[in-house]
Amino acid sequence: MKIIIVGCGKVGSTLAEQLDKEGHDIVVVDKKSAALKKVTDSLDVMGVIGSGTSHRTLLEAGIETADLLISVTGSDELNLLCCLIARKTSRCHTIARVRNPQYNEEIEFIKEGLGLSMTINPELETAVEIERLIRLPSAIKVETFAKGKVELLKLHIPEHSVLDGMKISELSDTLRCKVLVCVVERGNNVYIPSGGFELSSNDLISIIASPQNAIDFVHKSRILVNDIKNIMIVGGSTIAEYLALRLADSNINLKIIEQNLERCEELSELLPDAIIINANAADRDVLIEEGIEDIDAFASLTNLDEENIILSLYAKKHSKAKIFTKITRLTYEDIISEMPLGIIINPKFITTDSILQHVRAMQNCGGSGIEALYRIVSNKVEALEFYAGKNAKLLGIPLEALSLKPNTLVCCINRNGEITIPTGKDYILEGDTVIIVTTNKGLYDLNDILL
Amino acid sequence: MNKSIIFYIIGWILNIEAALMIFPAICALIYGEKSGFAFLITIAACLLIGLPLSLRKPKSRIFFAKEGYITVALCWMSLSIMGALPFFISGQIPNYIDALFEIISGFTTTGSSILTDVEAMDYGMLLWRSLTHWIGGMGVLVFLLAIIPMSGGESIHFMRAESPGPSVEKLVPRIRATALLLYKIYLGMTLLQIVLLLIGGMPLFDALTITFGTAGTGGFAIKNTGIADYTRYQQTVITIFMFLFGINFNVYYLLLLRKFKDAFKSEELKWYVSIVAASIFLISLNTGGPKGFFAAIHPAAFQVSSIITTTGFATVDFNYWPTFSKVILVILMFIGACAGSTGGGMKVSRIVILIKTVRHEVSSLMHKRSVRVLKIDGKKIENETIRSIHVFFVAYILIFAASLLIVSLDNQDFTTSFTAVAATLNNIGPGLETVGPMGNFSAFSNLTKTVLMFDMLAGRLEIFPMLALINLVKSKIMSHKITLTR
Repeated sequence: MKIIIVGCGKVGSTLAEQLDKEGHDIVVVDKKSAALKKVTDSLDVMGVIGSGTSHRTLLEAGIETADLLISVTGSDELNLLCCLIARKTSRCHTIARVRNPQYNEEIEFIKEGLGLSMTINPELETAVEIERLIRLPSAIKVETFAKGKVELLKLHIPEHSVLDGMKISELSDTLRCKVLVCVVERGNNVYIPSGGFELSSNDLISIIASPQNAIDFVHKSRILVNDIKNIMIVGGSTIAEYLALRLADSNINLKIIEQNLERCEELSELLPDAIIINANAADRDVLIEEGIEDIDAFASLTNLDEENIILSLYAKKHSKAKIFTKITRLTYEDIISEMPLGIIINPKFITTDSILQHVRAMQNCGGSGIEALYRIVSNKVEALEFYAGKNAKLLGIPLEALSLKPNTLVCCINRNGEITIPTGKDYILEGDTVIIVTTNKGLYDLNDILL
Repeated sequence: MNKSIIFYIIGWILNIEAALMIFPAICALIYGEKSGFAFLITIAACLLIGLPLSLRKPKSRIFFAKEGYITVALCWMSLSIMGALPFFISGQIPNYIDALFEIISGFTTTGSSILTDVEAMDYGMLLWRSLTHWIGGMGVLVFLLAIIPMSGGESIHFMRAESPGPSVEKLVPRIRATALLLYKIYLGMTLLQIVLLLIGGMPLFDALTITFGTAGTGGFAIKNTGIADYTRYQQTVITIFMFLFGINFNVYYLLLLRKFKDAFKSEELKWYVSIVAASIFLISLNTGGPKGFFAAIHPAAFQVSSIITTTGFATVDFNYWPTFSKVILVILMFIGACAGSTGGGMKVSRIVILIKTVRHEVSSLMHKRSVRVLKIDGKKIENETIRSIHVFFVAYILIFAASLLIVSLDNQDFTTSFTAVAATLNNIGPGLETVGPMGNFSAFSNLTKTVLMFDMLAGRLEIFPMLALINLVKSKIMSHKITLTR
């Protein structure tokens, strides 16, 4: 596809990088030549200097022949206007980043009125992600496939668990629930396990199952951590606001610590059930006073990465809470991942991932391309959902008769909404979506999994 | 520095050279020339070095502008070193320095020759000489980018380092597609010229070699008289195509897309056309006088488009022109063709921007607080671009002066020395006096020839790759010295 990306900040350039790898023709548009140069120097994409809201600039970028325009500049209005102009010029699809909560309330109307294919709100997406993890507290990470019918959970096996020493092949019989362990991380090693693989405590396992089976598994294997009842959020940002609103109907006690008095009043008006504290969280007495020792979840969502890191480290030390740390600039990912910061939340990555999924789904009107992609272990293992189109070479052949690439696992077959965790006798038919877990890079088509 | 990728690319370049040499080898076979064996030997040598280098996968494919410059400079040098071998092995040019001069002149599309009698050369050799013009015109690395898929966007550094012009832009998002597109346009125009020349009754061999010389804006002729013996129609075709190959290829791309308005909006194109028209007018007036004005237009037009595009063909010996006309030609030598064309020189767009900065500087002297943004084609010129043009200009003059100083050791007259450097640094070919259109460079010493060879490479690659290479060699020697003293 030919894709125009307007705005090459972090999100824009990450999108360009990933979409370029997936074989699309990319044109990036930005006002600043320096930002543009950085992208065009390292990626095989074309740059156009100019404003995305200028008709002439868009023509220069080739809007007339483009299939998709993604507008991810810092300004909502600019993004919307850019998409509108693009829509009026050509028949391309448009995606806009819109983050203002006020627009968000009327987003369906805006989408329809401006003919947008998708809008994305980074703060809202982030809040949804945190919410999902709060509702399923045992999981370190939850991803969804097949429109939510299949979940991919990352779990930590505690000491003295029933799973300790259990073989993968015994798993479903012993626990009587259908799950598939697709990745095991032990120390620095990553395994895609076979049936004879023995689990042990302190492993990080990734399982694929339907949501009901996933909950069953967590209960039966007693990985279950107590439900989260008390949450402390530091930083009354928009993410905190969305999160609080989404959790409002549950029985969770919410405490938000925010420095700015005006913002506190705003939040208090919006969230009558939450406790809003006007204080500086960097003051450690405040956290102790507000009972950091007794909370079940702690989220540091201030605008400063450094402050979030310190707060989370502090919370880790003084409580047993599940910790969420918002980090926007992930430059030193390798160092950060070694710190006990709990779950790292990066709004920009979340935004990029959502857009990528949409683009992949858009592309698959005939081929056997990617529907969804998640990185299970950063840059080592990926879980991909493929659509099996007419051109797939493995249709109707039992899986055991296929010669797959090494370290590739067919985890799940979704046939018209019916989920199967496949055995060697199962086969793939046209129209199925298939979830593959693999350490191989550069799989862009279902046929790529074959040797 | 990523050495493995540099050697990998050089390996590929040598393989390509071996492939290209098949054409002159076939030509030699058709004419039954013994010198054809020299090509076979060279092909074997190229593959012997090239294949092992290109088969070894580079350890890392990540590289930056530095590697881009160094690779381009080294590639052009290795191309020339291997490319000179057929002349030398066959004994057609017995001195290796001379052979090297001739082939560098070919690849850099200069067209300066050390041959006193071109017609004595074998056909295979003549074809190889002209073919290097065609390849050198658009660039070998661009050719490589068009045929082998390079992952990642870093290969833009190769294109930037090799393609002429102050800022290199892609035509389409993918580098490979851009390179392919450039070569398609190039090939299309080349074929068109060959057909037009054949219609005009030119023998096939002449049509091929002359077209290669025109397309690459090179200028190797295959007759001692240059282009003078061809018919008026054939000369006119050559005139028009020299002019066309001196235009930025972006324009042709826009024409292909039927964006006529955008295509002719280019400020550089307007300047280029105006300069050509004005020069033809002035020279016709000067050489023909009011009476012979119309008769003088034809040779004047040929010579102007030959010199401004830095081709260097000649139909007349302009040594005998009045001084005013000769000075116009020398000025045209420095201006050169448009950026993004196959021509050499400083490029019209650089000159336009330089003039604009001068005008800007004068106006800010008058109005201290005036703020003015320099624009070309209605777009702001980035400060970085302006700075690099200034630096380019200074480096250009310094290299010119240094070369002139060394060349003057040969004790030729001033015009000869001056225009010899101008003709090689700007990739034109002939200068004035001894090195004029009917003369050649054989009279110079080996030292001068070496300096001129450097000038040709520096001129074609727009100076910076060669300077980057010198800088690298210097720092290597320095660090070597330090380890020795320890």
